[in-house]
Amino acid sequence: MRIRLLDIAHARSGDKGDTANVGVIALRPEWYAILERHLTRDRVARHFAGIIEGGVDRYELPNLWALNFLLHGALDGGGTLSLKTDAQGKVFSTALLRMELDVPDAEAQAAQLPAAP
Amino acid sequence: MTRTVRVAGGQGFWGDWPEAPRRQVEGGPVDYLMLDYLAEVTMSILQKQKERDPAMGYARDFVGAMESVLAAVAERGVKVIANAGGVNPEACAAAVQAMAAAAGRPGALRIGVVTGDNLLPRIDELLAAGHELRNMDTGEPLSVVRDRVIAANAYIGSTPIVEALAKGANVVITGRSTDTALTMAPLRHEFGWGATEWDKLAAGIIAGHIIECGAQSSGGNCLHDWRSIPHLADVGYPIVEGSADGTFVVTKHPGTGGRVSVPTVTEQLVYEMGDPHAYITPDVVADFTSIQLEDAGADRVRVFGIRGAPATDKLKVSIAYKSGYKAVGSLVYAWPDALEKAQLADRVLRERLDRLGLRFEKILGEFVGASATHGPLAGNAGANAPEVQYRIGVRDADRRKVERFTREIVPLVLNGPPSVTGFAGGRPKVEEIVAYWPALVDKSVVQTHVEVR
Repeated sequence: MRIRLLDIAHARSGDKGDTANVGVIALRPEWYAILERHLTRDRVARHFAGIIEGGVDRYELPNLWALNFLLHGALDGGGTLSLKTDAQGKVFSTALLRMELDVPDAEAQAAQLPAAP
Repeated sequence: MTRTVRVAGGQGFWGDWPEAPRRQVEGGPVDYLMLDYLAEVTMSILQKQKERDPAMGYARDFVGAMESVLAAVAERGVKVIANAGGVNPEACAAAVQAMAAAAGRPGALRIGVVTGDNLLPRIDELLAAGHELRNMDTGEPLSVVRDRVIAANAYIGSTPIVEALAKGANVVITGRSTDTALTMAPLRHEFGWGATEWDKLAAGIIAGHIIECGAQSSGGNCLHDWRSIPHLADVGYPIVEGSADGTFVVTKHPGTGGRVSVPTVTEQLVYEMGDPHAYITPDVVADFTSIQLEDAGADRVRVFGIRGAPATDKLKVSIAYKSGYKAVGSLVYAWPDALEKAQLADRVLRERLDRLGLRFEKILGEFVGASATHGPLAGNAGANAPEVQYRIGVRDADRRKVERFTREIVPLVLNGPPSVTGFAGGRPKVEEIVAYWPALVDKSVVQTHVEVR
């Protein structure tokens, strides 16, 4: 089943130098496992291919039902050097939530995931 | 009932809501008002101001904030902790004292001034002694940009703030202390936490992280169910109710707008996060994977379970250096075919810059309304936009080249693609770039000093 990340998670992003961080938080505790399994580092790196210049790191925070992604080389040098509208990476959060994921039907039904429209 | 200490966040950055400090002391009981003014590049702006006028170099908004809470401090014993001192905490303290005297309350304030974070006068001494101050991101030694450095400050922790409170200060003004120490220090002072009670210190740091960005933990900039967040016009800023065991509740004053909930607090917890296992501060290394959140009633979130590890023997240093010039300008193109017109303007402008022989270290064109924030992820949504803003910026070490660029934008209004407007600002300004150089230094070389006056 195809699902939209926007329907199962919320997020906030910020900056550290030329790196943007995106914290992705499951909307229900039981959906954290879906994020942990399917929202992999590689999947996020593919999503931002051509948009960021560096690699991606992923950290797990099961206590907050959250994953933290570091997107390196995302901000055109970052801070005051950057010419970008989003020089501080504030809306990488919703850029990530644009992602759609394919989750096996049985798993999606068991977790009662909403299908993408 | 267990004793709690209430620390209220009243400013999340220099430029935050001027109403917030007064609302925090008038909306209900608080023991401490915490005001965070310093972002990464703020120190360099303040350093420039101090060079022009030796009595400047601090966050001047703080004087107005203090005026708005003066009665609460003088009559109800609310204490204020702020890193408003910038590169000139003494001048900041003098300005606040002068304000209090002019307001008819001389002697109401006992101001603790924390100094010692400013390393600018000591850079050559540090380099000569073998402290390379390498850039934490790139690994380069500071010598590469030494002649362009305009500010250098160590991030200092809670200890000097605790010392000022112990000496009887009711206002503490620091320079570059960490944002989180401003909240942790009063909790440490009130509860007598020792310098190696890592879990409690970490809890205080995380309390600080939650309220250091003002309303960003109480419903501001909150994506979760954002339409349902009540009355943002009257948003309540966050308050930490700390207990001696290191647990705390995040809340806000009753009757205010906004929301404090597990989702609003979680969004703030992940903001600007790196490795969650090791949130490094001068006082302690906090572990964000240990944090437990629990709904504790309307607009109340209980936070517990926090673990910390021993502090490192380094301090982070925030160094600012001049790094060339930039300018950004924009024009607005209207329907029909707004995006196509803006894209043609981009090609025309770039060809003209080429013909002038102008090459820049960086040139970036964006199409606001189509792809500026989400790039190709936005798909074709911009194709039928009613208008698109064409935003073009350049960056270069040569000021004259950037200056010349600024003269090429507005002419497009008459000699470029049609349906263009939004040029009322005229030529964009050339801005000198002050860039950020994060480094580490041994703790032993930084000595803080506290004076209560």
